[in-house]
Amino acid sequence: MDLSTAKSIVVIGGGQAGAQAVQSLRQFGYEGEITLVGDEAALPYQRPPLSKAYMKGELAEDRLYFKPSAWYEDNKVETLLSQCVEKIDRANRQVLLQHGGHLDYDAVIIATGSRPRPLPVEGADLENVFELRGLSDVEHIQPKMIPGHKLVIVGAGYIGLEAAAVARQLGLEVTVLEMEQRALARVTSPVISSFYEALHMEHGVDVRCGARLGSLKGKDGKLTHAVLASGEEIEADMVLAGIGILPNIELAQDAGLPCKNGIIVDEDARTSDPRIFAAGDCTVRPLAHYARTGRLESVHNAIEQGKLAAAAIMGKPRPALDCPWFWSDQYDIKLQIAGLSQGYDEIVVRGDIKAKKFAAFYKKNGRLIAVDAINSPPEFIASKRLIMSGATVASETLEDTSISMKEIAAAAA
Amino acid sequence: MPTITYIDHDGTERPIEAKNGETVMETAIKNSVPGIDADCGGACACATCHVYVDEAFMDKVGQPEEMEQSMLDFAENVQANSRLSCQIQISDELDGLRVKTPESQH
Repeated sequence: MDLSTAKSIVVIGGGQAGAQAVQSLRQFGYEGEITLVGDEAALPYQRPPLSKAYMKGELAEDRLYFKPSAWYEDNKVETLLSQCVEKIDRANRQVLLQHGGHLDYDAVIIATGSRPRPLPVEGADLENVFELRGLSDVEHIQPKMIPGHKLVIVGAGYIGLEAAAVARQLGLEVTVLEMEQRALARVTSPVISSFYEALHMEHGVDVRCGARLGSLKGKDGKLTHAVLASGEEIEADMVLAGIGILPNIELAQDAGLPCKNGIIVDEDARTSDPRIFAAGDCTVRPLAHYARTGRLESVHNAIEQGKLAAAAIMGKPRPALDCPWFWSDQYDIKLQIAGLSQGYDEIVVRGDIKAKKFAAFYKKNGRLIAVDAINSPPEFIASKRLIMSGATVASETLEDTSISMKEIAAAAA
Repeated sequence: MPTITYIDHDGTERPIEAKNGETVMETAIKNSVPGIDADCGGACACATCHVYVDEAFMDKVGQPEEMEQSMLDFAENVQANSRLSCQIQISDELDGLRVKTPESQH
């Protein structure tokens, strides 16, 4: 369907994907109306620093925003903030707003993102129990980041571990509870898990794997203890839940668009309705270099699908697809991840784990499919290319630090 | 406030009043300077904010740190005056800085 003559586009969601879609639409020459509907009070901003530099107080709030408010005026983008969408009425091509009123559309981009999975235990509604997703969460958490206070983090995923690092650096006593047998169990290999467990213990975090939260206990509505399933009670001034996210697919589902743990989209970020696109955390998409579909929770994905949707609407050639990439900052360690390691059959470690400068390469049938690079940017960047080209690299070569990544990439090209 | 001039690949010059403490990348993004993507928002994680620094300012801008240098080693069309603009912090010293942006970051 040719939408390049569209006059009215509604973008639902003001996160990274929605912001990118809006920018790309203007960049690709779209001149009609754009309305960005966001349920937060703030203009689109970067989320990654919320559990890193911003939480630590090292980054001013105005540096989080993608664009200053003047940009939206200059580019004639109407922003409806603190507003929720009630329904997408496909028959009448209208987006209905919760506060009443509606927006007519020629095309819609759903960029509703995701929400933290709620703690499924008694006491989760006590005062001083937090989750971390938006600016307003940090506003609540930051005043409680008091040196000496006891913080219990539930979930040793990236968000939980990044928050643990910030809290330790601010002088809190930190316990991390992880119900799996190792940290980062769902997202990486045991090599990287052990590295991060050791790193946090070295910084004084009490990392408890195989520890299931039973309930949260309080007094007068205020949190006092985290209680493990084993019955053990851990004193806590504050609990932060980081047990994963749930994609916000309800709007799409209610509109009858196929969903499966995400809104199903094609390689152009288009749903089953040719006028409706979806981008970011809320989608299930074809994974170009992996011959399967999946849901990606990342900046890379939000940006890429925002661009894909805008390009498809404007009838532009499909932008080049990048290899999925991610990063995490904890203490003075930068982790850069390229590719998706699920299903690997071989791990190759290059560099020195003790020196905190190494990379774990993941291979499947001889092909490089992913890398976790710790303080090792060349391994990260070179691997992006190797993964996209489907290269096979001998494990002995990858292990050999006397051969530079540049040489390895050149030899495989 | 220091002025930074961004020069497109086609020679168009855009002088912009910048804020001290922000980076050359942030100033570019907020003012919609084309040619800089900065996908990671300045975490030195993506190498999509590559610029060429005017030779006259090379000393004032300083040398890239190890992390930046190794990211640059893999960027396209790298020159001796290549930098990642997210790693250049703006100060009065850099008033008048001129940087060239590439046609594309990929």
